[in-house]
Amino acid sequence: MTGLGIFAEILTSAMIVLGAGFALVGSWGLVRLPTLMERLHGPTKATTLGLGGMLVGSVLFFQLDQGKWSAHELLISLFLFITAPIAANMIAKVHLHRLRARESNEIESPAGPPPPVPGDADWATFDAPRTDTPVATSET
Amino acid sequence: MIAYAVIFGFACLALALALNLWRLLKGPSVGDRIAALDTMVINAIAVIVLIGIAKANDTYFEAALLLAMVGFVGTVAYCKFMLRGDIVE
Repeated sequence: MTGLGIFAEILTSAMIVLGAGFALVGSWGLVRLPTLMERLHGPTKATTLGLGGMLVGSVLFFQLDQGKWSAHELLISLFLFITAPIAANMIAKVHLHRLRARESNEIESPAGPPPPVPGDADWATFDAPRTDTPVATSET
Repeated sequence: MIAYAVIFGFACLALALALNLWRLLKGPSVGDRIAALDTMVINAIAVIVLIGIAKANDTYFEAALLLAMVGFVGTVAYCKFMLRGDIVE
């Protein structure tokens, strides 16, 4: 085995172990943390980073160990890094909406309840658009 | 060495999926269940990628890419349904 071979193996193994560890930490955070707003931190940050690390490990494995160049793992990584914040934002909106509709109640936590919105509005889920806000850019 | 790393990864991801399942079954509110399902999809993608490494076969990445897209659409659809009572308005 050449020097590059053992180096490639160590690098690939490190990326796989790091990725799996971060995925586990994210899922543990989902179980461990007290309220939904805090629980969202685990999956959106740690698990996404874990999957990113595992995909980098996969790129390294196919490049260095198999000699095949493949970059479509990075496509998954890019797609996930774009979609994870949007999914987390939607889940947070569901939570705020259910808090507002009194369908669920926030238990005591270090972060506390979400802060009130300045002005007479609320965290909007059912609100109509404001009158001075264009609904679409075509109407400006 | 990669074989041991893959075994370690499978063990970690199995534990992570079990923790997600616990949150999915217990989760006090609907938001917790949506978050648990979203995380389960991400962990399932990681398992598929790891299977691809273990079998040294890059066909598995098509499945991982498809699951990434479908999982995101599923999460957003569930959230839209909870927010608006309808998915496509």
